[in-house]
Amino acid sequence: MSNLLLQLKGLTKGYPGVVANKDVTFDIRKGEVHALLGENGAGKSTLVKTIYGLVHPDSGSMTLEDAPYRPADPRAARNSGVAMVFQHFSLFDALNVAENIALGMENPPSQRDLAAKITEVSELYGLPLDPSRIVGDLSAGERQRVEIIRCLLQDPKLLIMDEPTSVLTPQEVDILFETLNKLRNEGTAILYISHKLKEIRTLCDHATILRLGEVVGTCVPAETLARDMAELMVGGTLHVPERAPTEAGDVILSLKGLSAPAPTEFGTPLRNINVEVRRGEILGIGGVAGNGQDELLLALSGEMPTPAGMVSFQDKDISQMRPNGRRALGLLSAPEERMGHAAAPDMTLIENGFLTAETRMGLSKNGFLQWGKARAYAEKVIQTFDVRTPSPDNAARSLSGGNLQKFVIGREILQDPEVLIVNQPTWGVDAAAAASIRQALLDLAANGSAVICISQDLDELMEISDRFAALNGGALSEPRPAQGLTVDEIGLMLGGAHDMEVAHVEA
Amino acid sequence: MGDINIIFLLAAVIVASTPILLAAIGELVVERAGVLNLGVEGMMITGAVCGYIAGHETSSAVAGFAGAAVGGACVAAIFGVLTLFLLTNQVATGLALTLFGVGLAAMVGQGYSTDTQVLVPKLAIPLLSDIPAIGHIFFKHDLLVYISIALVAAVGYFLRHTRGGLVLRAVGENHEAAHALGYNVRLIRFGAILFGGACAGIGGAYISLVRVPQWTDGITAGAGWIALAIVVFASWKPGRLVAGAYLFGGVTALQLNLQATGLAIPVEYLSMSPYIATIVVLVVLSGSRGPGSLGKTFHASR
Repeated sequence: MSNLLLQLKGLTKGYPGVVANKDVTFDIRKGEVHALLGENGAGKSTLVKTIYGLVHPDSGSMTLEDAPYRPADPRAARNSGVAMVFQHFSLFDALNVAENIALGMENPPSQRDLAAKITEVSELYGLPLDPSRIVGDLSAGERQRVEIIRCLLQDPKLLIMDEPTSVLTPQEVDILFETLNKLRNEGTAILYISHKLKEIRTLCDHATILRLGEVVGTCVPAETLARDMAELMVGGTLHVPERAPTEAGDVILSLKGLSAPAPTEFGTPLRNINVEVRRGEILGIGGVAGNGQDELLLALSGEMPTPAGMVSFQDKDISQMRPNGRRALGLLSAPEERMGHAAAPDMTLIENGFLTAETRMGLSKNGFLQWGKARAYAEKVIQTFDVRTPSPDNAARSLSGGNLQKFVIGREILQDPEVLIVNQPTWGVDAAAAASIRQALLDLAANGSAVICISQDLDELMEISDRFAALNGGALSEPRPAQGLTVDEIGLMLGGAHDMEVAHVEA
Repeated sequence: MGDINIIFLLAAVIVASTPILLAAIGELVVERAGVLNLGVEGMMITGAVCGYIAGHETSSAVAGFAGAAVGGACVAAIFGVLTLFLLTNQVATGLALTLFGVGLAAMVGQGYSTDTQVLVPKLAIPLLSDIPAIGHIFFKHDLLVYISIALVAAVGYFLRHTRGGLVLRAVGENHEAAHALGYNVRLIRFGAILFGGACAGIGGAYISLVRVPQWTDGITAGAGWIALAIVVFASWKPGRLVAGAYLFGGVTALQLNLQATGLAIPVEYLSMSPYIATIVVLVVLSGSRGPGSLGKTFHASR
């Protein structure tokens, strides 16, 4: 009995129209890494927010070390020894590291003492961090260190980690796992949320699988096949994208010495990017977030014009051309940020479809909207890509992230592009839908278009790319054939582990 | 220029700047908490009329300024309830608040007449005020001038060195992250808005009780808008706020003196000069980054 840390009994939480958690029951033991697995929308986030005091369950109870546990707010949760590292970091860009850490603590010491403590803990766990740096200037991996150290300074009994590896290079992942193993050996329990089965199999002691808000299974990951876990998550068999061997055709897009200053204060400048993209191929571009992915997409889509001669499409210099001109030529793009960049949140799907498809699909005539055609186009996207929405008249904001992602990608693919540039095409999309988006990209290339796929999901890039290149600090590595690349080679291309070191704690 | 007494001019600069400085330091706190309240002018003029009436009814300067602070804060509370709890747009609500405040003040002040006088005590700081010239410029003012400077210093210290100030900046920088860490975004913002309203009210009362001193419609004459502009000019930093307010006050006092000397420049050009100076400075210094969540509506559910 005594080695049980946290027991969840019958937790249920409903929102208008959906049940996020339904009768969720499981236990977390002391000193174990417990995985929480599930698709997007399976209710993982709601569950951990309940444990962290951000959400209050409709019914059910929790017990922490044999005492009833009902945190009123995150502060109460932290006082009870529960800490959380968020997926979308809860950090403040304009504040420095020490200030950010102080904000997550109950009774922080003076800034000078805190800085000394941060340095001490960061060295102990191999997470070097300068307390006086402004967080807005840090890489994604370094930001995560800020979050982790913020938690460690409070000696948590339970550390919740929400998709911690999605922004890390493979080397950084290894070092994170090293740190988590040390913590486990010190007796800290870790609730680890992910949908990356490989990681869970190497790291976790137990796993609980959620689907549609309910617990559908538990297992010992090391003894369970990844495929079985995936099918439990999805609730059916998983379709793996197939690729027909394609022959690379003529060069259609070429970048010569593409350089541009950072468009925003915390952006990355592009540095001398040279690459040629051919018809029928998929060029995969990997890299840790914040290394120039957004800027590269802006330069290619035409939102950020560059000096003449840097971007040419079928031997025509388009460096200064605006997005609509590029769309007319057949160069389309889908940016990473769905709300506010790819889609206007408060406009309907019909209007959002019109916004990028007007030129190529002939949705307007003499300056007047052709509502009938626009509606038909939106309906076609919804049907082809299985977008779950009551009707095309719904506002983009009302769709879940994964559904909206299917819509914005499908909207570009159905315009029959010559070149398609996508950034994080399957971010936040569940496995079945991700597979169908990848399949659509492969089909596009098979039909003679060129695809540039920027992603942080290396498995995705390896699955669909013909050639692979890495962005690091705004510079693009020499593309290499994707087949036969090892994880270590990719890690080195991504810029290695950014001076992280292995934890020094003796287990 | 020969007719202008430079010492009197500089002393006048400080008096002309004080109401703007007071309103601006309040708005600075509001904006650092992530709220853009464009109703400063409305809160100032409400404070001006409340302070005038409260001061004359009681013949007490302290009661006058207290009344002004309460009046300004009450109007600000309306803004707070609308934007924080009913989730209205901050820009539109702020503009409406200015129109409302100007109208309310005109109505309350209509026909109010009084024979009493309110004297705001002057405080000549011992020893320092005896220094030739400098003593007269800086150390022979009424209490409010010193209070306004002390308030700026206190706000600067609060934001930079206290836990409360750090939390307030965090809420303004990223309200979603602050919420996720368990801070009460609405409560903190509501407090900041009330503080901003009280400061604007006191600034308004300084005009109606000290600078003019009487009540007329539209007495603040755009000082609230200047205060808003100066917050941006100061890049949301209290120290620079003093420079901005004194620059505007300086140009105002200077052009009044130039008008008095009968310079051969049309009066209209002189009258617009403080505003032009503010615009020029704003353009030259633009580009600094404001609080990350400034002006955005906060929904606890997202």
